Amino acid sequence: MTLTLRDVEHIADLARLALTAEEKERFREQLSAILDYAASLQRLDISDIPPTATVLPLRNVMREDVARPSLPPEDVLANAPDTAEGCFRVRAILE
Amino acid sequence: MSLRELTIHEAHRLLRQGEISSVELTQALLDRILAVDNEVKAYLCLMPESALEEAQQADAAIAAARREGRLQELHPLTGIPLAIKDIICVQGVPTTCGSRILEEFIPPFEATAVEKLWAARAVLLGKTNCDEFAMGSSTENSAYFATRNPWDLTRVPGGSSGGSAAAVAADECLGALGSDTGGSVRQPASLCGVVGLKPTYGRVSRYGLVAFASSLDQIGVLAKDVADAALLLGAIAGYDWRDSTSVDVPVPDYVAALDGEVRGLRVGVPREYFIEGMQPAVERAVRAAIEHLAGLGAEIVEVSLPHTEYALPVYYLIAPAEASANLARYDGVKYGYRVADAVDLDDATRRTRQLGFGAEVKRRIMLGTYALSAGYYDAYYLRAQRVRTLIKRDFDEAFARVEVIACPTSPTTAFRLGEKVDDPLQMYLSDVFTLSMNLAGICGISIPCGFDEEGLPVGLQIMGPAFGEEAVLRAAYAYERSTEWHKRRPPL
Repeated sequence: MTLTLRDVEHIADLARLALTAEEKERFREQLSAILDYAASLQRLDISDIPPTATVLPLRNVMREDVARPSLPPEDVLANAPDTAEGCFRVRAILE
Repeated sequence: MSLRELTIHEAHRLLRQGEISSVELTQALLDRILAVDNEVKAYLCLMPESALEEAQQADAAIAAARREGRLQELHPLTGIPLAIKDIICVQGVPTTCGSRILEEFIPPFEATAVEKLWAARAVLLGKTNCDEFAMGSSTENSAYFATRNPWDLTRVPGGSSGGSAAAVAADECLGALGSDTGGSVRQPASLCGVVGLKPTYGRVSRYGLVAFASSLDQIGVLAKDVADAALLLGAIAGYDWRDSTSVDVPVPDYVAALDGEVRGLRVGVPREYFIEGMQPAVERAVRAAIEHLAGLGAEIVEVSLPHTEYALPVYYLIAPAEASANLARYDGVKYGYRVADAVDLDDATRRTRQLGFGAEVKRRIMLGTYALSAGYYDAYYLRAQRVRTLIKRDFDEAFARVEVIACPTSPTTAFRLGEKVDDPLQMYLSDVFTLSMNLAGICGISIPCGFDEEGLPVGLQIMGPAFGEEAVLRAAYAYERSTEWHKRRPPL
């Protein structure tokens, strides 16, 4: 599996990750090598094998719908790079 | 013996007898850290003042218990100085995950495992270094600095819980918490010559453990001997409503399993775990350890785990896929680093992640995003999850015949700093014997079982079925108490 530079740019775009030209080329090579290694999985006949979604013998976990105290807003905001009026502040999305 | 060399159970006995105080013990550990940690570099963050305060409170609790005739009820961790991997949240204490993106992050809540240590009145010395978001096998992927192996400072301690393993090996704490997603407790334990226990998936609450790969992550313990590992596990295990993957199974008395008796215990030896390219000294030590167990009366049974060779590619598709989703939360909005000069929100997100994450984290986000992306999901992610079923079935079949499985923890002893940083696949191969256990969700331990020609420790891995910690600890303890490897100390 040899990835192209365009593949790498597409993946980086999906992952919301800016990359330098050098990073793109390095990841192109390294990811291609890792995917080559993973190609051994294609040898196995697994058509009848179900995927493992969880190793636990659980289907779903339910609990009573009871309100519990949650963190105070000031604690939630304390780690944010920028806040205003009790909210997280970011660059404007719309003009 | 100096105070810093005590095991937890030895220190507990002396604290109970009034021979030592927790303040003395804590001060001895802080002195040791001051003396050697500039070389070992196990700690990211030290908390000497609060540790001494906690020690004073523990001493007061011990004194009260003595007055009231309740010393028998004293928790074995009361007054014991411990360290915690910096990927587990401690309220009010910086938790960086070894990443620049969380450099300033101070958790507003407590991990459940930490809450349980506080309830036992343990003493927290500090937070230990790790590979960024636990992604790595050498602790060289920490954004801050590399930790060194106390047995040879030019070598890695393993990873990702390398800081915790090195701190235990160098007598810079009495025990430590780590996390194990693909071997991150057992492999550094092996490379540092200490005990590392990875509990069953669901045995210990992961509330407050920063997520890497949610179907694989588990909090584990690093200790100087098997009895300490049993004590630590008993303290942190149990159901927690805040982690819906924790399982409501009663927590047994793990220390009671340490009877030293393995006569008739069926120990499986998987032929697939003795592979070409493994270091001969490792194979020799592990085979000798298995012979030793046979000499103690265990029945050695050859077993096969035929899909072992697929564990590495399966892991390196599933873990990055889950990581790519879990790490989407680091966008510079709610917490952590954010670039200062972004032109808009999208630019801020992309460049924050570019500058905040290190190379290995970015590599895995890219790999995982690819494995989950349209057109490749079936061929990579879904196929890996199907092969994972085969790996799990291998273990189910083996554990129908044997109680535990014995094999090497890592194919080599500690490698040199820098040796594998530029070759991700070579680095990944150092986890080749530990990954399968996480994929199958089972438990296991690494214990010291010898040294190579250069005096570097070798680890024996003992694996058990889901919730089979008692059998694992029983076999490990029987081996340990009839050998001397765990008593050796690095030349620091």
